[in-house]
Amino acid sequence: MKLSRKRTTGILLGAASVVVFAFSVFPVYWMVNTSLQPNNEIRGTVPNFVPKSLTTANFETVLFEPSRAQFLPALGNSLMVTVSTVVVALVFAFLASLAVTRYRFKSRKTFIFAILIIQMIPAEAMIVSTYRVLDGWGLLNTIAGLTLVYVATVLPFTIWTLRGFVNGVPVELEESAMIDGCSRTGAFWRITFPLLAPGLVATGVFGFIQAWNEFLLALVVNSRPEMMTLPVWLRTFQQTTGTTNWAAIMAGSTLMAIPVIVFFLLVQGRMTSGLVSGAVKG
Amino acid sequence: MTSSVMLVREHESGGVQELPLSTGPKKKRGPSRAKAGRFTPGVLLLPALVILAVVIGWPLIQLFVMSFQEFGRAQVFGADAPFVGFDNYARVLGDPQFWAVLVRSILFCLANVVTAMVLGTLVALLMNRVNRFFKVLVSVGLLLAWAMPALTATIVWGWMFDTQYGVVNYLLEAVSGQDFTNHSWLIDPFSFFVVATIIVTWGAVPFVAFTIFAGLTQVPDEVLEASQLDGAGAWQRFRLIVFPYLRSIFVVVIILQVIWDLRVFTQIFALQGIGGIKEQTSTLGVYIYQTSLGKGDYGTGGAIAVIMVLLMVAISIFYVRRSLKEEES
Repeated sequence: MKLSRKRTTGILLGAASVVVFAFSVFPVYWMVNTSLQPNNEIRGTVPNFVPKSLTTANFETVLFEPSRAQFLPALGNSLMVTVSTVVVALVFAFLASLAVTRYRFKSRKTFIFAILIIQMIPAEAMIVSTYRVLDGWGLLNTIAGLTLVYVATVLPFTIWTLRGFVNGVPVELEESAMIDGCSRTGAFWRITFPLLAPGLVATGVFGFIQAWNEFLLALVVNSRPEMMTLPVWLRTFQQTTGTTNWAAIMAGSTLMAIPVIVFFLLVQGRMTSGLVSGAVKG
Repeated sequence: MTSSVMLVREHESGGVQELPLSTGPKKKRGPSRAKAGRFTPGVLLLPALVILAVVIGWPLIQLFVMSFQEFGRAQVFGADAPFVGFDNYARVLGDPQFWAVLVRSILFCLANVVTAMVLGTLVALLMNRVNRFFKVLVSVGLLLAWAMPALTATIVWGWMFDTQYGVVNYLLEAVSGQDFTNHSWLIDPFSFFVVATIIVTWGAVPFVAFTIFAGLTQVPDEVLEASQLDGAGAWQRFRLIVFPYLRSIFVVVIILQVIWDLRVFTQIFALQGIGGIKEQTSTLGVYIYQTSLGKGDYGTGGAIAVIMVLLMVAISIFYVRRSLKEEES
């Protein structure tokens, strides 16, 4: 009797797991599924749960059809902005995280407090003044302008997370290098920096995802068609295509989502701990 | 130099970490260690400080100033912006539309936080109970949902809820037998927010579930077994044993969810683009966008933005305090 009850529970829990899996995956599956079908076949009374006839036509429309918003220039803009953001933010954050972990100075606490608060200031509130400030410097619709804004956006989190990784590198390693005749700069560069590689990768990928996905600031600051990033392109594409070509819109969504999904799967384990480290230890 | 390279190697491989470290020459610990070298904390912090001051600080000051000015389209093109004291704030606070938006945002936030917390906790408990196969299955699903960019997720869900060809209408009709042909989900504000809640919750549950699952693994099995022997039921075990262990994790996750859901923008904005009546579905962030860039009333938009910043910072203080406490320990 007891055994069979246990088995029933097991079956129920297994079924629940399958439901959670299906619910989580279905939208992603549906996006890919739709993107691989001819547009006329997705508009039947019964939707195709598996593509009847596979086609890459939608991806060709997205990539090469010149009449609508252009995908490839947007991809180029996104790559340039994202890569510059990650590189600049990582360098600046590495330096700052050394300062807050390896030194004790008076305003250290204030600085940490400030970056945590800055992280919580919503971009929605800042769009107009950010627009005006960039306008004043002639940086609207430029890669440099958007990069500058993104570096500031990802910097607080990057510093906060890298700080944790730097803390994980024992300061004694730097000290013994210095005893062996290394300068302090040399110790940072030759000892701490290489040991930080996993942390730099994880934090960098997080910055990459944030900058790659960012929508609102890009919409306001780089509104000119040739300066659009991918999210703004996707929305413009969806607006101009309307409901007439969902298959192409899904192809565009797939192209934008794939790099993020791949990168995210690579580093997710490290990121959760950063956000809640206060809780786990507190 | 060679010896420290050895140290690094050993540390990396995770093997004999403690031995070499404790035999290393002990110098005095603390601030004075930082004496030598070109870098001082000020120099190290400078680049980050400059960029934050220029890109966050300066616009923040501008925003604050602007919220006390009459600032419309004319001012964008160079006209003087006269100071009007608290006029913008008075107009905002006297505007029923603003209060409607604020109440809507708070209700939406609460609904989403509760849904995501309940579902996330249930999924975490589920992952804690099932065998390895199902645990991996659930994790893979959650990770995929988590990794989807908010904008693409919204557009995909928008397609699934499409009036004519949406798969949701088809499935609902097939399952319930009711007529869902050409049922429009986004035209009615309430069902618009139901769809928005599904999208936001779908994206939020993975974070909640993984975080709480990580906490669950820290609850000692012996305590749970002991309570089970003493006759505690499943609900009692959760409420009296698991929950107290996870209290601080719950607090942090809830605060983060509140912050993220209160400032929701992309999902609402993109969903309005697919269908939906803007006046009846805007939340705070979208409302600021519409007032400022849509109507060109930057002064009023600025006042709303300042109110939102203050609100967010007030809520964040809890999270920040907690994080700082850990930093000191």
